[in-house]
Amino acid sequence: MSGTQFIFLVTAGVTLAAAVMTVSARKMMHAALWLVLALTGVAVLFALLRSSFFAVVQVLVYIGAIAILIIFSVMLTRRVVQEQRPRVNRLWWVAALLALMLFTGLVATLASWNGLYPTGQAVAGHPEDIGALGLALVDPAGFVIPFEVASLLLLAALVGAVFIALERKGGMQ
Amino acid sequence: MSFWVDPYRFLLEWLRNLLIGWGLPADWAQVVLFFVGAFALGTAALLLVVFLIWLERKVVGRIQDRLGPNRVGPWGIFQTIADIGKIFTKEFITPVGVDWLLYNLAPVLSVGAVLMLWAVIPLTMTLYGVNLNVAVLYIIAVGELGEMAVILAGWGSNNKYAVLAAFRAVAQLISYEVPLIVTLLLPVMFAGSMGLNDIVQAQSVWFIFLAPVTALIFFIVSIAEVGRAPFDLVEAESELVSGFNIEYSGLKFGFFFVADFLHAFTIALLFATLFLGGWRGPGAIQYPVLGFVYLMIKTSVVYFIVILLRASLPRFRIDQMMNLNWKLLTPLSMTMLVLTALLDKLLPSSPLFVRIVGMVVMNVLVLLILNQILKLVENRRPRPVVAPVVRPVARPPQISSVQNGSGTSS
Repeated sequence: MSGTQFIFLVTAGVTLAAAVMTVSARKMMHAALWLVLALTGVAVLFALLRSSFFAVVQVLVYIGAIAILIIFSVMLTRRVVQEQRPRVNRLWWVAALLALMLFTGLVATLASWNGLYPTGQAVAGHPEDIGALGLALVDPAGFVIPFEVASLLLLAALVGAVFIALERKGGMQ
Repeated sequence: MSFWVDPYRFLLEWLRNLLIGWGLPADWAQVVLFFVGAFALGTAALLLVVFLIWLERKVVGRIQDRLGPNRVGPWGIFQTIADIGKIFTKEFITPVGVDWLLYNLAPVLSVGAVLMLWAVIPLTMTLYGVNLNVAVLYIIAVGELGEMAVILAGWGSNNKYAVLAAFRAVAQLISYEVPLIVTLLLPVMFAGSMGLNDIVQAQSVWFIFLAPVTALIFFIVSIAEVGRAPFDLVEAESELVSGFNIEYSGLKFGFFFVADFLHAFTIALLFATLFLGGWRGPGAIQYPVLGFVYLMIKTSVVYFIVILLRASLPRFRIDQMMNLNWKLLTPLSMTMLVLTALLDKLLPSSPLFVRIVGMVVMNVLVLLILNQILKLVENRRPRPVVAPVVRPVARPPQISSVQNGSGTSS
């Protein structure tokens, strides 16, 4: 086992454990934090694949924007959102059995499929070519139309948010 | 390779050969070296804080006509070490009703977020944690972790003042991120790369000469991001009784304290790297050690200005701070981005002198126009009357009758 594999195993374990804790934590705030940890684990996996751009964007978008949004909305609720009842109902074993059967079936099916195993043939080009990504986003032959449409959508959302905020202020006057 | 030319590489190779000599596989040796490097960098940065705290107390003391620390050691230089000893022996007080996880996670996260910034800053040509080619994005991403530490501390403390401070922190930090990102685009554009070492190597002319206004905006905004005076609303003593860290004591408070000082130094370091040429200087390429000296000199100058600002400016009110960001800094930074990009394409790049002069002239023009616009806005602003127009002043009778007439008409 090489050093990278060791780091990968530790990261994968932490990520999976954090994902389980996200759905089983009693406090909403703790669930949000476990989610942050799980997403950080994914960012570390990207970094291990030497794709630092995706790692950084993962942190930037998911932890910087989405997680802070979740934490903030939890903070704005009146009380600590906390579940006192047990986290599973009495049919949990049926769900677990079904999930196990599905998982076994999927593994059995995939094990006989040749595409599961890598056939060599790495993707050409440097994995970190941000210049190519940037050019593809503004290239007419590339993704310029989806890119512009997405910008338009965001602009519409921005204008809508400003409109809603302004209208409320006018109503109070 | 001699030790004195590049001690970092020398030590690195020596350690790698030692580890491989002990029978460790090469990739495991690499992993061990990563950990040793991270540990050394983090420890060095934290030890630096011991000096920074003393320096800031001394400088601010002199500005306020005091002596500052002067009892422990020559010039009081060991004062911080005595303080550390005190803070280590203090009791951990955990208030009733705190969220245990968040309460204890927040101090660690706040120091961690600052230390993570050091991973990408090139200290010399060869000494850097990692030459990440998306370092500028990384800086922004890590900055958001620091915001989260403040939010968690405020929420986890179970204290209404702390939560109020956390709300303020979010409003301030997220708002100021907009101009921060826009100003960071300019060095990236000039250098054609997002890696900090590439940005430093591209600065045959320091970027502060190509984009002085943007550099100024970056300086202001980064102080706001750190939450230092005059933007220290997060820990306003007078209205929030010390803000988000009110419930912390002893070493846990020390974490926030250390993060604050280290953050201030780190933004000075970033400013020096992005706009003042980083480690560049005569002989820095042949002798990388010199680069470290140059970087530290540049950083110290910027850091000194940060301290001066802290000691001399009063704190902003929250509405003033938001106005400054959304009505001045954000539009200005976007205007500068567009204008600089246009001018950079239009100006001939071959005589460097023409390019610099063109950029500086454009920046001065923008500042003059901005000054006129600000004057107009300032004149139109309705001023609340807080005192009567005519002050009750004892005057001789014949003059007062004339002045009273003009006073009542206005």
